Amino acid sequence: MKFAFTDEQQMLRDTSRAFLADKSTSAAVRAACSSPERHDAALWQSICEDMYWQGILIPEHADGLGLGWVEMAVVLEAAGERLLTSPLFAVAQSTAALLGCPASEMRDLLLASLAAGNVISLAMGNQSGGWDSVGVTATETSTTTVLSGEARFVPFGFAASKLLVVARDTSNTQTLWVVDPQQGGVSVESTPTMDQTRPMATVRFERAAVASDQLLASYAEELVSDTLALSRILTVADQVGVAQASLDISVEYTKERSQFDRSIASFQAIKHKAADMMLKVESARSLLYYAACTVDAWLAGEVDRDALHEAAFMASACASDAAFFSAGCGIQMHGGVGITEEYDIQLYFKRARATESYLGRPSEMREAIACQLLDGDPA
Amino acid sequence: MKLAFTAADEQFREEVADWLNDNLRDEFTDIRYRGGPGDEHRFVDERKAWERRLADGRWTCIGWPEAWGGRAASIEQQVIFHEEYARAGGPGRMGHIGDTLTGPTLLAFGSEHQKAKYLPPIRDGMAFWSQGYSEPGAGSDLAAIRTKAVQDEISGQWKITGQKVWTSLAHESDFVFVLARVDRDSSRHHGLGFFLVALDQPGVTIRPINQLTGTAEFNEVYFDDAVCDAEDIVGAPGDGWKVAMGLLGFERGVSTLGQQMLFQTELDEIIRIAKANGASRDPDIRQRIAEAHIGLKTMRYNSMRMLSGREDGSLSREAMIYKLYWSSWHRNLGKLAMDVLGPDAELIESGSYELNKLQSLFLFTRADTIYGGTNQIQRNLIAERALGMPKEPRGQGK
Repeated sequence: MKFAFTDEQQMLRDTSRAFLADKSTSAAVRAACSSPERHDAALWQSICEDMYWQGILIPEHADGLGLGWVEMAVVLEAAGERLLTSPLFAVAQSTAALLGCPASEMRDLLLASLAAGNVISLAMGNQSGGWDSVGVTATETSTTTVLSGEARFVPFGFAASKLLVVARDTSNTQTLWVVDPQQGGVSVESTPTMDQTRPMATVRFERAAVASDQLLASYAEELVSDTLALSRILTVADQVGVAQASLDISVEYTKERSQFDRSIASFQAIKHKAADMMLKVESARSLLYYAACTVDAWLAGEVDRDALHEAAFMASACASDAAFFSAGCGIQMHGGVGITEEYDIQLYFKRARATESYLGRPSEMREAIACQLLDGDPA
Repeated sequence: MKLAFTAADEQFREEVADWLNDNLRDEFTDIRYRGGPGDEHRFVDERKAWERRLADGRWTCIGWPEAWGGRAASIEQQVIFHEEYARAGGPGRMGHIGDTLTGPTLLAFGSEHQKAKYLPPIRDGMAFWSQGYSEPGAGSDLAAIRTKAVQDEISGQWKITGQKVWTSLAHESDFVFVLARVDRDSSRHHGLGFFLVALDQPGVTIRPINQLTGTAEFNEVYFDDAVCDAEDIVGAPGDGWKVAMGLLGFERGVSTLGQQMLFQTELDEIIRIAKANGASRDPDIRQRIAEAHIGLKTMRYNSMRMLSGREDGSLSREAMIYKLYWSSWHRNLGKLAMDVLGPDAELIESGSYELNKLQSLFLFTRADTIYGGTNQIQRNLIAERALGMPKEPRGQGK
């Protein structure tokens, strides 16, 4: 039992944080958010060529690094800490989905494409915003299959070379398709969002014809629900970084700010808030790395799906709360400047808000846990 | 990063479980699950006998070096022992303070004479210890200690005068370690001594403190020229603060997973009741039970990180949040228990004021956020030591 980073993991953590401290500065993030591309393509290229983070989860035979989920969490935590505005999450999510698909030539082509630095986005959210139903249907016609409907909150969908699309077929089972956004019947719209650091798209399908070799998985209920759990864990890593940075910059601010002839960091009213923030941040971090270890154990066949899903529910509930609490308290600790555009705490606050409900609210996560605990056999 | 224990550790776990299964039975059946916090005053003689049974099996003081009768158990093995002990319903340990506080302190700071005199009886389950830190005027501000120790210039014997408070189980113990002022002109953490004092002597008076639960686990201990031999001061006169603070560092959190096992049985009981009485259909109760479950898991992985942390035993960030986390969690659990029970939570089964387990839990968990450093002190420590925020300017006082 060694629930601590290995030397290699610690080194990855140090280099990731150093790289992003240099490249994903406040000015860089703000510039990326207001650019027409909604991110810095040169930075993404540098991430793919110099750091190779897009390859962390991709197996070595598909040109990836073949590392584990702890490593992925380490990097995404660092990304959250620096408000990284890049397709890293989208790419990791798509990789997770593809790795759950049955082996096929198409799957390996897509993994190789991801390893080469291309953006592939997963379109699975439905029209009403709920995550357990699907807004796209796959209908067989006499000659082909056509996709219709809408998927929302597709991360970096506007920059994707390919889209992975969850669709419900006529027998109401889920299927996973790969679609070229340029093909007929597919339209991708960049969606303006309150948090500009995690840009989203809406994808619409109007009888978009798909061929059989575009089908990545049929009977994909388990695949989709597992991918959702994995996506939550990826998001948790980001939230832990956001929570940590919100704590750090707020504490630094209170040390510099003087009132009543004292640094306001010396007031217990401020210190106790900071202590509560740290308690939540460290707790969320423990559950993040527990969840990351659980994914690795699940992939190795050592634990079952239930363990994976429970870990995701718990970590998501905890990290969502931690990030929003930490960023919210951070604004309060900043006082008046906390609500200005100039200070970064507002950017963390918005990112915390966006991720809090992105893949289900904390209360939904807790209700899922409650179902497991309370709705079994009566006592 | 790896969460599983090694095969050797799992074998150790089996050994512990088998021994407990073979021994925690017959005359010890009645004390299973008894004597924990809020129940520490119960079954004292039986629990002392149980300590001797543990000693026969070499299960006391397992973290001590083998030369002093321990097993030199690794952190992992100590964790496993506490887990299995709790799982088997092992009673609250009468020897806890001697095993985890007095022993490691003497091993680190004690003289050869002190080790030879005091360690074997602790190891053998024959001597029981309590701790004398807090005073009526020195609670959160421990350095405000006023109990004084005066040395006889000829015999070298120390005479101790003053009052300690919140001394748990003093009336059932043989010894107390006392932090007292050796230099009458000193202040704060300077000029203190760390004394090993026998409780059975004319200069010591022990008075129980009646609690809101109707029971009494804590005491006031009065010292009126209580004697302590010259060789029974640990370290030099004036080193008391250093010794006492070193002692706090010995609590590396190996018992935390065992503590969590007890918390789990409490939560399981609450879940069982909620399912039986329909409280499990209340959306608010559902959220809070899930939150409690997540909190307990969080504590587990916080502990795992803490135990996998620095080899030098220095406190990591996750160690600093531990007390604040568990005490708040446990207090919330006590309230959750009452809310799940609803109006029935009020009913007392017997004519006398004998509370049931959940009523005791509810009332006694109010102490959790106070003893061992209040939540407010914990937050100060986190802010100052982990986050580097400045100390509050000290009051000018007298």
